Amino acid sequence: MTALLAAGIAVTTALAAPPAAAEPAWLMLIKVLVAFGITMTIVPLLVLAERRVSAWMQYRVGPNRVGIGGSLQPMADLVKMLFKEELRPDGVPPFLFGAAPAIAAICSLSMMAVVPFGGTLELDGRSIPLVVADADIGVLAVLALSSIGVYGITLGGWASNSKYSLLGGLRSSAQMISYELSLGIALLGVLVVSGSFESGSFRLSEIIRFQAESGAWNVLRLPLGFALFTIAVFAETNRLPFDLPEAEPELVGGYHTEYSSMRFGLFFLGEYAAMVAGSSVIVCLFLGGWHCPWLATEAVVGPGGALVQVAVFLAKVLAFLFFFIHVRWTLPRLRYDQLMKFGWTWLLPLSLLNLLWAGAHAALGWF
Amino acid sequence: MLSERTAFLIFSVIALIGAVNVITRRHPVHAALWLVGTFLGVAGLFLTLGAGLLGAIQVMVYAGAIMVLFLFVILLLNLDAPPDEGLSFARGASLLAAVATLALIALPLARAPELRAAATPESPVADASAGQVANVLFTRYALPFEVVSLLLLIAMVGAIHLARRPRRDETV
Repeated sequence: MTALLAAGIAVTTALAAPPAAAEPAWLMLIKVLVAFGITMTIVPLLVLAERRVSAWMQYRVGPNRVGIGGSLQPMADLVKMLFKEELRPDGVPPFLFGAAPAIAAICSLSMMAVVPFGGTLELDGRSIPLVVADADIGVLAVLALSSIGVYGITLGGWASNSKYSLLGGLRSSAQMISYELSLGIALLGVLVVSGSFESGSFRLSEIIRFQAESGAWNVLRLPLGFALFTIAVFAETNRLPFDLPEAEPELVGGYHTEYSSMRFGLFFLGEYAAMVAGSSVIVCLFLGGWHCPWLATEAVVGPGGALVQVAVFLAKVLAFLFFFIHVRWTLPRLRYDQLMKFGWTWLLPLSLLNLLWAGAHAALGWF
Repeated sequence: MLSERTAFLIFSVIALIGAVNVITRRHPVHAALWLVGTFLGVAGLFLTLGAGLLGAIQVMVYAGAIMVLFLFVILLLNLDAPPDEGLSFARGASLLAAVATLALIALPLARAPELRAAATPESPVADASAGQVANVLFTRYALPFEVVSLLLLIAMVGAIHLARRPRRDETV
């Protein structure tokens, strides 16, 4: 399975790389492994944090037996998942049943390929941009991958040959399409104020550089856009209050009801990796990426400076992930009709308003 | 790393295999999925031709949005593979339409060699950035663009009218 995932990342990277990539293959490989490694390190930590934070918020103890303060709990979970029996219900199409979780996991993990972890690393006379694929389409690749990721959930629901799963799959496709619209339009606002349309490139690194050079993060320019984009990302990642595709009280487990063992593990991994990718993209678009307001950009140079940038970026992403968890254990789940009504009658008009605001912002030349 | 020509060939093969399977699979879900494969292959072709924006849009709009909706409807209606009905009028008509479409595409290409050389992996399209696409879309093709959007609006209004429950005092 891991080999499958690595292959998926490699393929996406190869696709996303500009045709005239001047980088040697070994450097590319190292970058893929580092990006993959960082994501795969955050995911188990996130699962642990989710359980510990929820316990803390609900005034109970939570998992604290395995390792110091429960720190090895994710390992125990993983071992359990690997050794459980892989059940496949009768009458399911075997290929699609197996492919669905892989699609979900590959799409979420591949998104990290276009996220810049830092600026450029000057090492040994070589300047290395700290991003796996610095492709022109950049942020559009994230949207494209997230829209392909819907298939994982929809197909998982259909291929399970179960009513609950099918309902979960249907809900997810309707929900993700509805919220993708607002997501895309909120993103347009960012591209407008960051001047991406003038330069014709949608690189996340250039949006970050724009924020770093002007000294103001995009969240100050587009506070409404930031809120809308964040809400839409919550819906895209199926997180509470929008986790209708797997609403336990109504649908047992939703699209992954029939999945067990590592196949379920892949869905789980995909969901958490999507959270990491979503937070990273939000940090890049609105919160300045690796830019730290107290550190002048000129002061951060050399390998040490690059490390500082990566640390700043990861700190922001982790803080945002904490927000994800906090929201999950604070807000109740919406009803399905409320979810749809909210998406179409509030989020969509507001995102158009935000685009208008962004246009005015760019045309009148505010900060 | 792969050369661009190899990548182009691989994507063409993906697109063609997908396209053949779309019309030969009997199960609607499988046919829809092969169509997604075709769209991904075509998106890959755009990428190798240096038109990254078009490739991304192809994935987002066709593979990501439209085909998910198709799949949604197929799943909602719970369609199964239809029985084989042999040669019918509808099949003959669609065969005819397919041949006519192929001729419409092939004839101009055969007559104008410069069209065939418009974009190759060695000389990719130079003008495919967002700004340049927008420039032709809102100047040269502004009218067709608006007409198409009007057409979509009409289709939408029609669909809503058909799907709407009639009020008690009105008959459909």
